[in-house]
Amino acid sequence: MTYFHNIGAYFIMVKDMFRKPTKWSVMKGLILKDIDDLIIGSFGIVAFISFFVGGVVTIQTALNISNPLIPKYLVGFATRQSVILEFAPTFISIIMAGKVGSFITSSIGTMRVTEQIDALEVMGINAINYLVFPKFIALMLYPFVISIAMFLGILGGMAACIYGGFSTLEDYVTGVQLDFIPFHITYAFIKTIVFAFVLATVPSFYGFFMKGGALEVGKASTTAFVWTSVAIILLNYIITQLLLS
Amino acid sequence: MIEVKGLHKSFGDVHILKDISTTFKKGKTSMVIGQSGSGKTVFLKCLLGLFDYEQGSISYDGKIFGQLNADEKRNIRSKIGMVFQGSALFDSMTIAENVMFPLRMFTKQSKSEMEDRVNFVLKRVNLADAHYKMPSEASGGMQKRVAIARAIVNKPKYLFCDEPNSGLDPKTAIVIDNLIQEITEEYNITTVINSHDMNSVMEIGEKIVFLKDGKKAWEGSKETIFKTDNEAVTNFVYSSELFKKVRKMYLEENES
Repeated sequence: MTYFHNIGAYFIMVKDMFRKPTKWSVMKGLILKDIDDLIIGSFGIVAFISFFVGGVVTIQTALNISNPLIPKYLVGFATRQSVILEFAPTFISIIMAGKVGSFITSSIGTMRVTEQIDALEVMGINAINYLVFPKFIALMLYPFVISIAMFLGILGGMAACIYGGFSTLEDYVTGVQLDFIPFHITYAFIKTIVFAFVLATVPSFYGFFMKGGALEVGKASTTAFVWTSVAIILLNYIITQLLLS
Repeated sequence: MIEVKGLHKSFGDVHILKDISTTFKKGKTSMVIGQSGSGKTVFLKCLLGLFDYEQGSISYDGKIFGQLNADEKRNIRSKIGMVFQGSALFDSMTIAENVMFPLRMFTKQSKSEMEDRVNFVLKRVNLADAHYKMPSEASGGMQKRVAIARAIVNKPKYLFCDEPNSGLDPKTAIVIDNLIQEITEEYNITTVINSHDMNSVMEIGEKIVFLKDGKKAWEGSKETIFKTDNEAVTNFVYSSELFKKVRKMYLEENES
C-alpha cells in the first residue's frame, strides 16, 4: 500500500510543481543557481568517468575480438555504439542519481528538518514550485552533459586504442564512422530528457516528504538513489523497446 | 483578531487537540503554554494553516480560514509573520537576503526601497552590521532576531512565535521577549507565542492560554495566573521553588 501511496503522492507533487509559479525575478536566480550546482558542478566527474570507461570499453572489445577475420575497425564501431546507446545516457544517469540525486534529497530534506519548508509554506509560497521547478528546468540542460560524455567516451576509447596498441587511429576513426545511424543520437537524447525529469523529481520527492531528523535525511538520500536508479533502468527498458525494437 | 472555535485535531487514532476555543486580540501579546506534548505546536500549526483539522474554525479578522479559496488563503498567509523554534533561516542566503525574502516574493518594491526597509528592520532588531553574514555565522540570539526581522519586514498583521527563547541564555531571552512585545504594540499586530518559558510568560503574557493533554485547561493573563487555584496551572507554572516564592511574595504584597 505504501508503494501505491508514494506513487500517487509523487504524481500530485509533479502536478503541484507547475501550480502557483514563483515570481520570475526570484525564479531566475534559483534556476541559475541550480544550473551551477547540478549541471556545471557535474562536468568534472562526468568527464573523468566518461573518458576512462570509454577506454575500458575499447580495451575489452579489442581483447574479445582476437579473431584475425574480424576487422580492427570494429573496435571503434563497438565503442561508439556502446557509448552513444547505453553508456552515456544510462550509465552516467545512474552516476548522476548518486551525485545530483543525493544532493537534491539532502538539501531539500535538510530544509524540511530545519523548518525552512514550513517557513515557505507559512508565507503562502508554493514550496514545491519554489524548490523543485528550478531543478527540473536546470536539468533540461542535462543532454548537454551527456553530449560531452559521448564525446569524451569515444575520445577515451581512441586514446586507449592507440596507446594500448589495439588498432591504428585510422581503423578506430573508420569504425566510429561506420554505419552511423543519426536516429541513435535522437534515441539517446529522448532517454536523457526522460532521465533528467526523473533525476529532478524523484530525489526531490524523497527530500520534500521526509520525516524525522538528520539520520532520516541520510536514509532518504539512500532511498532516493535506489528508486531513481530503479526508475531509470525501467524507463530505459521501456523507451528502448518503444523506439528501437 | 484571531478567533478559534471548537478546534479538534487528530493524527490517526490519536486525538491531539480537543475542543479548543479562544481569541487572540490585536495589539496584545498572547501566549500558549503547556507541558511538552500538550499540543501547543500542533495548535500553532493549525493556526498557521500548516495542519488541517477535523472540526472547528479559525477566523482571521472575521474571515473563516477554512472557507476561503486558495487566493484568499494566500493573501492571509502573506500577512503572517512567523518565528520558528529553530529560526528556519534560509541557509543559502545572507542575513540581509533572508530579511528581504518576503519583500521580493510579495511586493513590487524597487531594490533600493527593499534595501531601505531591510536596513530599517535590521536596525530595529539591533543587527545593523550583520547584513552580509550567513546564518551559520550568527549566534542563536542573532538568528532569532533575524527571524523576527524577517517576520516583520512585510508589515504583517499576525505574528506567530514558536518557543522564541528556546536555547537562549536568560539575558538574550529577555531581549527577545521585549522586542516581540514592543513590535506587537508598535505595529498593532496580533501576536501569538508558544512557550514553556515561565520568565517570558510573567514578562509579556498579556493573555495566557494553558493547554493540558490537548484541552484548554485555563485562560487568563500574567496578573491572574498568580491568583488562580487551577491545579493543572499551579502544578505546571509553580513547579520550581523559585516561582513558588515569587508567587508567595506577589500574593503577600497584594494582601498587604
